[in-house]
Amino acid sequence: MAMYKIAVVGERDAILGFKSLGLDVFAAYGEEEISRTLNTLARSDYAVIFITEKTAMKAQETIDKYTSKPFPAIILIPGADGSTGVGMMAVKASVEKAIGTDILFKDE
Amino acid sequence: MAQMLSVSPTRMELSRLKARVKVARRGHKLLKDKRDEMVRQFLELVRENKELRETVEEKITAALRSFVLTRAVTPEEMLEEAIMVPTRSVELEVGKKNIMSVYCPVISYREVFDEEVSPYPYSFASTSEQLDGAIQNLSVVLPAMLELAEKEKSCQLLADEIEKTRRRVNALEYVMIPQMVETIRYITMKLDEDERGSRIRLMKVKDMIAERERLEQWAANHKDQQGTQ
Repeated sequence: MAMYKIAVVGERDAILGFKSLGLDVFAAYGEEEISRTLNTLARSDYAVIFITEKTAMKAQETIDKYTSKPFPAIILIPGADGSTGVGMMAVKASVEKAIGTDILFKDE
Repeated sequence: MAQMLSVSPTRMELSRLKARVKVARRGHKLLKDKRDEMVRQFLELVRENKELRETVEEKITAALRSFVLTRAVTPEEMLEEAIMVPTRSVELEVGKKNIMSVYCPVISYREVFDEEVSPYPYSFASTSEQLDGAIQNLSVVLPAMLELAEKEKSCQLLADEIEKTRRRVNALEYVMIPQMVETIRYITMKLDEDERGSRIRLMKVKDMIAERERLEQWAANHKDQQGTQ
């Protein structure tokens, strides 16, 4: 079985810590830069790409492109300044897609 | 009333359509079962996903906050230098799990590090102890993050497949099957009508023949009578 790697994409502040864990970190800021980084990572053997919420918002289209593909898994994580709820929105969106209505978050 | 298919109303078409409707009904039932089971599994998975995300987000936020604090007290170059060369790395092994014919990833990971080298890739002399804590916190979250990745990706893939299956079920239920049923009805009625038409024609012809024979009989009789007189 092939070995895969983990990548972290985001602002420098948020991702530097992951580097010490041995994950590959990529700082990206501009929209184009983020998309390009994601595409390059998806083509090489990264199975999981963590991306900070702030960065993800700038490249929503590129991320959506990979949602229906088995790999890579692009997962949103909160940045250094806390969670903005965008990651949770993605979970909510997949519930709405599958069920038609939102039944998990209605009590919030 | 559903729209009809444009086919010629023949017996062959009728039996062909009947076979198709049978297949469609069977397919519809199977797909509906598939959808129901997928939704059940999806709900289970997404609930776990949600809880996991909540805890992971909380932990990451906390860990990153301590990291940012470290950044505030440590000169930038020193921090960069401290973690520039990590002493360990993480390798992923990715398998596949089949949930209702959706291939979901199964991620197992392995940390590669040297037992004799400390997990902190810097000397304790030049950095603050906050950095140790921040890194410690992050390394605790990592397994949960990978589990989250696995669950969330599975959820996304399942949601996609559920949507597709639901479309298929609805297309069969509300378009394909009614269309075919309607066409079958039309062909049956048309064939019946043709049959009635040809029966009436036969009866008419029979009447006409009988009438002609009666007339001929009458003419013959008449001639006979004239001959005898």
